[in-house]
Parts: sequence; structure tokens; C-alpha cells
Amino acid sequence: MSARPASPFARFALVSSALVLVALILVLPLISVFIEAFRGGVQAWFEAVSHPDAVAALKLTLWVAAIVVPVNVILGVVAGWALGKFEFPGRSLLITLIDLPFAVSPVVAGLLFILLFGRRGWFGPWLGDRGLEVIFAPTGIILATLFVTFPFVARELIPLMQSSGNEEEEAARVLGAGFFQTFFRVTLPNIKWALLYGIILCTARAVGEFGAVSVVSGHIRGQTNTLPLEVEILYNEYRTQAAFSVASLLACVALVALVVKALARKYSNERHRNDEKGVR
Amino acid sequence: MAAFAAPPPVSASAPAPPPLTLLNVSYDPTRELYQEFNAAFIRHWKKTTGQDVAIKQSHGGSGKQARSVIDGLGADVVTLALAHDIDAIASSGLIAKDWRGKLPQGSTPFTSTIVFLVRKGNPKGIRDWEALARPGLSVITPNPKTSGGARWNYLAAWGDALKKNKGDAGARALVEGIFKNVPVLDSGARGATTTFVQRGMGDVLLAWENEAILALKSPGGDRLEMVAPPVSILAEPPVAIVDRTVDKKGTRAVAEAYLRYLYSPEGQSIAAQHGYRPRTPEAAKVRAFAPVKLFTLESVFGSWEKAHAAHFADGASFDRIYQK
Repeated sequence: MSARPASPFARFALVSSALVLVALILVLPLISVFIEAFRGGVQAWFEAVSHPDAVAALKLTLWVAAIVVPVNVILGVVAGWALGKFEFPGRSLLITLIDLPFAVSPVVAGLLFILLFGRRGWFGPWLGDRGLEVIFAPTGIILATLFVTFPFVARELIPLMQSSGNEEEEAARVLGAGFFQTFFRVTLPNIKWALLYGIILCTARAVGEFGAVSVVSGHIRGQTNTLPLEVEILYNEYRTQAAFSVASLLACVALVALVVKALARKYSNERHRNDEKGVR
Repeated sequence: MAAFAAPPPVSASAPAPPPLTLLNVSYDPTRELYQEFNAAFIRHWKKTTGQDVAIKQSHGGSGKQARSVIDGLGADVVTLALAHDIDAIASSGLIAKDWRGKLPQGSTPFTSTIVFLVRKGNPKGIRDWEALARPGLSVITPNPKTSGGARWNYLAAWGDALKKNKGDAGARALVEGIFKNVPVLDSGARGATTTFVQRGMGDVLLAWENEAILALKSPGGDRLEMVAPPVSILAEPPVAIVDRTVDKKGTRAVAEAYLRYLYSPEGQSIAAQHGYRPRTPEAAKVRAFAPVKLFTLESVFGSWEKAHAAHFADGASFDRIYQK
């Protein structure tokens, strides 16, 4: 491919078709969510999102994210560290396994947990005897969400940790830094933007996950219903405006995530440039 | 951040009696019915015993809900679309096998039937079951594999043909013709109604009578019309206590009172208001139901067990029809 500049017409056609596509499949649906949400006025929107069932769903969703995201951050950093910085037999198999949740349909992931922890599943009778509820309870929702969102942090970190090599860490160790000092002073600053990026993606998915959660939830209103499930229920009850009001909360999470992501990227680029200038 | 308060409110006070809660696992179209009925029962229970009770609901396709209960969803009571689904739970050992005899009228506090919902003015002139098999018509019904309502739809069409002495071959031809006209199978009755009413798909929706009555009142309902076929099936959605759960939780008394209250004048009247055919003549005055000649499942198919084996089991009649 030569680097011949495209004709102005071709450039215009390409850019405008891309813009139209983006407007049609991304911007328009997003706007429609907010239009439908506020169709009955701010009052109706507020009533919908402050309904006890909606509040319970919001709480559960935030709880799930508050547990799932930190766990996945720790697991992701450990996995990124082990797989990015070390060579060992079975390493590539492990990298493939980390991608498994991306390859498996979320519904299958949910069913898998029912097979394991359902009343008639492998561990179900044992759990049942001890009065522990996993499936159709918040625990099951957390497990399913954990599974589905596992790759996000690890996937962001592995390539970066791999490419940055071990030299800086080795230098730190030689200069007398301990393990944690090395990690917090050397490794973490190098990966922090990728980590933030992974956290944002992980949070967005944890909050929005539908398929896997739908299978293990049991759909008990005010108890095991997350925000996405609540949206579906409201829609099915002909309460379209309420459904879109609750959906607008989810859309806000997505928008906040996007903004944070954009800021993070901008800031990391600036820092990167400044660092380079400093070196010169 | 109030939203981060612990999910189960942990009270620091002296051991209060554990809050009484019931979980009613129900089928798809009963959401509005139980919303109102639960409020009525909570008042009734408070008045008669002084106790507070909270009732949680879970809704979905009847077969799917039964499956969830079998897999461990902790229902105190199940109120499902058909006896076969409760039988399935019973055969997993959670409900006593003789559950049907424990409450009046075969544990079925109200009945319903299957009717047609069409676009305003009935532009396709659909009046009876035979019209549904006309080539080129688009018929919306949920999937009989997962939805109780869909099974009643299917059996109503089949039974109509048998009642007209067309024999099994004629019945199969009719049902085959109908399912040829089905563009999409939703998993539950409510999903199918949304497809028809809100997404505007199809010429006719096969629906529970109560679901059709509700759809007429919902946004967009003014563009619809209900057509009652001359003959249809008597749909009997039964209720039962999940013995294993109530014995473990100690909720048998309140669960039993809850189901019995469905037979009370107030319960019957609420059911009638929501378009279910009540058992008591007084409650039947609440609303005028379309005059449909109703046949029972038993009179045509013998029993749910037989109907299931012949029509809905893997590789049975429905599979053969739909795979064509």
C-alpha cells in the first residue's frame, strides 16, 4: 500500500459514512434513552428511579460492582504480573484460559454456575445442608459477574507488563528495594493508566451485565434484581417510561466511564510527552 | 453514599422475631394481579394476626420458573400456568405429590381461557381457530417449550379441531398451519404480548384472556381488539405450597393462608378485576366475560401427563411440527 493521499471526495465519503454510522448505531439510541426517560417530565423520572424496587436494584448493582471490581483488580494484577514478567511452562495456556469468559456466552456462564451450585448441582446439596444460598441469591450474581468480567483488567495489563520488561524492577531490587516497595514505586506507576482503563471497562461491564446474571438471579424483585434486569421487568410491565428512566441511570454510568477513560488517556499521553521532554 | 448501605439491614437491637417473608414464584402475566393481591393479603394478615408479612415476587415463563425452583429458587408458594409444571417440582421432591387435593377446585383458585388479540377493526377477519392457519397470516405466540400460556394456545387449537371431529390428523394439520405462520417464538407470554403490542409485529396474538384484557388497557391498547373464538380451552393455572421451603423457613401457616385468601371474596374479586375468571358467582359480576364454549384439558387429552408426553416432550408432536 503506497501512502498516496486519498482524493478529497473519497476522504469526504469515508468520513461522512463513518459519522452517519456512529450517529445511527451509537448516538441515536443513547439520545432516545434520555428522551424516553424524561418524556413524562423530571418528576416522573424521579419517581421511577426512586421507586423502592429501583433503589434496591441500584444498591445491589453497586454492591456487586464494589466487590467484583477490586477482586478482579487484584486477580488481574497478579495474573498480569505472572504472565507478563515471567516465562514458565503452561504460560500460553493460561493466557488462553483468561480469555475464556470472552469466548463463552454469558448465558452458558450462568448455567455453569447453576450446574455447580444449584440445588441439584455438584456442590448444591452440601451448601443446602449448611443453609448457604449461592444461586438465586446475591452471591450467585457476584460469582457470575466475576466470571464474566475477569479478563478486562488482566487483558489490559499483560501486553504492557510484557513489553516493559523486567529491567526497572531488577534495578530496584539491586538497589535494595523490597517486594512491595518495588511493586508500588516501580511496577504500579508503569501500569497505572492501563490499570485504570481496565478498571473502567470492568466496572462498566459489571454494572451492565445481563445474560449471566439473568440466569442465576431468580428475578426476585427488590432482592436479586440488578438494574439491567429491572429495566427488562419494567419494560415488560408496559411501564416504558419507568424502564427508560432506570435505563438512563445505566447510560449515565456508561457516559461517566467514557469521560474518565478519555481524561485518563489524555493525561497519560501528556505525562508521557513531559517525561520524554524531561529526559532530553 | 446512601446507596452503599449494607443490603440486608443488620439491626443492632435485641433478637426480634425474624421478619416474615414469602416468595411467590409465578408465571408471566400475573405481575399486576399479585401486586394488588399481595397488598390486600398483607392488610388481611396484619388485621387477623397482628403480624407483618412481606411478599416477594418472581415472574417468568412457567416452565422456566418451575425449573428455577427445582434448581433451588426458594419459593414458599408457586402459582404457575399449568399443573404439569407443579408436577415437575413435585417429582423433584419439593412438593407433596398430592398437592392438587390440598386446596379447593383442584388447587386452582381462578381460571382463564385463550383468546385472540387483533388489530383494531379486525382487518384480517379472524373469528375462529381455523382462520389462524390461513397462509400469509402472521401469528404471535410464545414458545410451548418454555411458556405455559403457549401450551394452552397449542392445546386449544388442537382441541378445537378434535371437537369438530377432524381427528388427530386434522388437528395436526391445523396446528401445523398455525405454527407455519409464527415468525418468532418468545419465551414467555409477556414477551409475546410486547412483541405484538409494542413492536407491532403480527396480525394476531394468541393470549391468555387476562393478558388480552390487560393489553387493551395498556398504552397502545386502543389500537387493538379482542376476539373470543366460539370454542376454547378452560385454562387452569394452579397454586401450591412448596413444602420443603415452608418447613425449613417455618412459614407454612402464612403460606397456606396466603393461598387460601385467593379463594376469599376479596381475592376472587381482585382476580376478576384483573381479567381472570373467578370461581365464585359474586366475583363474576365484577366483569362480563366473553361467552366462549370451554372444554377442559382432561375431557380432550386425558391428563397433563398424557398431553405433555404426546405433544411437548422432546421429539413429540410440537417438535415434529416446528421442525418442518
